[in-house]
Amino acid sequence: MHPAKSIVFFTTLTGAGYGLLALLGLFGVLGLLPAGGLWGAITMAICFGLIFAGLLSSTGHLSHRERAWRAFTQWRSSWLSREAVAAVLTFVPAGLFALGWVGLGEVAGWTRWAGAVAGLCALVTIFTTGMIYASLKPVMEWHTPFTVPGYLLYGLMSGLSVLTAILSGLGHLPDGLPLVAALICLLGFFWKRASWYYMAHQARLPSVNSATGLGEGTVRSVQWPHSSQNFLLKEMGFRIARKHRRRLRLIAQGCGFLGPALLMVLAELLEGPGGSLLLIFAAALQLVGLLVERWLFFAEATHTISLYYGLGASSS
Amino acid sequence: MTSLPKTTERQLGLAIDLDSCVGCQACVTSCKEWNTGGHMAPLTDLDPYGENPDGVWFNRVHTYEQVTETKSRTIHFPRSCLHCAEPACVTVCPTGASYKRQSDGIVLVDEDKCIGCKLCSWACPYGAREFDDDVGVMKKCTLCIDRIYNENLPEENRVPACVAACPTGARHFGDFSDPDSAVSVLSRERGGVELMAELGYRPTNRYLPPRARACGDNNIAPLEAVAGEGGLLGWIDRLLSR
Repeated sequence: MHPAKSIVFFTTLTGAGYGLLALLGLFGVLGLLPAGGLWGAITMAICFGLIFAGLLSSTGHLSHRERAWRAFTQWRSSWLSREAVAAVLTFVPAGLFALGWVGLGEVAGWTRWAGAVAGLCALVTIFTTGMIYASLKPVMEWHTPFTVPGYLLYGLMSGLSVLTAILSGLGHLPDGLPLVAALICLLGFFWKRASWYYMAHQARLPSVNSATGLGEGTVRSVQWPHSSQNFLLKEMGFRIARKHRRRLRLIAQGCGFLGPALLMVLAELLEGPGGSLLLIFAAALQLVGLLVERWLFFAEATHTISLYYGLGASSS
Repeated sequence: MTSLPKTTERQLGLAIDLDSCVGCQACVTSCKEWNTGGHMAPLTDLDPYGENPDGVWFNRVHTYEQVTETKSRTIHFPRSCLHCAEPACVTVCPTGASYKRQSDGIVLVDEDKCIGCKLCSWACPYGAREFDDDVGVMKKCTLCIDRIYNENLPEENRVPACVAACPTGARHFGDFSDPDSAVSVLSRERGGVELMAELGYRPTNRYLPPRARACGDNNIAPLEAVAGEGGLLGWIDRLLSR
């Protein structure tokens, strides 16, 4: 599948933004968020900034942005529409939460509950994002049990990295939080490795025989219907070079999971402003790594249309 | 509404005979010619006379080689929208631009509602939808709704352009919801195949697999020897061979 920049940025940034919002809800209920309107303003600006940047990027994928409002109408059948609705509805409790934290200066009483509801809505939003891809049967690398948990896990993981960096920068880092964040990064790493393992070993279905209705024997494409590229090949016949894939996977693992985990452990040992800098760097590094991870999520995925064109699978 | 109708009154579609198709591309060009002025017009071409011509087509013919233990054969394979009973291309549409008609089961796009997110093209396993970069909307086969109901055309021409154009009669149009319709009977008799049935889209169109060829025992008598014959023909042969 063609890795469109707009969608790569969209899913990565909103994943981190909504993941952060989900954790703010949790931390608010646990009473771990610092009092003070300024702290609230800084945190919520980062959270909303990530979400807005992501949502704005998603509209870059549309050819008719003036009709984008229509995407809120088909939530009965479409996961993309459900995502649009959930993404926007989340702003109601999230806005109340931000108002309470910034205006009243503390996360208590109704603000706490608004935060909890916002957090749940944020989780629902990430879930719907994952379902857009997991529900597509023609893309076997997405139509797996790994996709939705992956989106939730990477969203929460990057959200936690950002939250850890923020709380450390504001001087309100709960004890041991970097270690917890590092553990979540390792969990993300293992989930990614398991997803790739599954991808490499899953049965390649359907077959070209099934796609053409020619049941027996080997079926080989000898002539395409057209002599140059077309929409189908550009959009769904994207193939990634093997050597690039190996390197990009290393970058995704290093920057997206293992590097940040290592930095977080170092920050726990270092403490002080040096530790804060390390945590900020870890969060930024992770976002870069996840952009590469998300690019690969698209680039390595194959569509059944490649069967008709006799294109080999890129992921095996 | 991108929710699917519970039932459709009819289920119009095509039966495509892979035994008769000769890969002449007449259905391809005829489809393009009709539809570039039809319901989904235009079928944009980009760089048509340049190095890399690109454009929107609703029907494309692939060529395959099928090799089995006993034989190998060349097969021409026209690929177009199958007007599925469970079209995920419709249900994934966030705007209501894609829809399946209750009256005849045809899957269409309302160009005025399409935002160009391309998700429907990802959801279609058959590559039936093609994006028009120029207009910024998704386009697809309409089963020639502007021909099959067109009272300005003589009745025998009220079939999709691809069906009308086929010189070998490899394309058949009809109602698959009626078990006694010509296409239903044909599909039943020839063992019509649902493409990628395991994905559960329940396509309407059927592909009729190539018939088994008579081969094996070769009973044709060997050619007669021409050399060394006597008589008049032998004399002429010797005369001409000098």
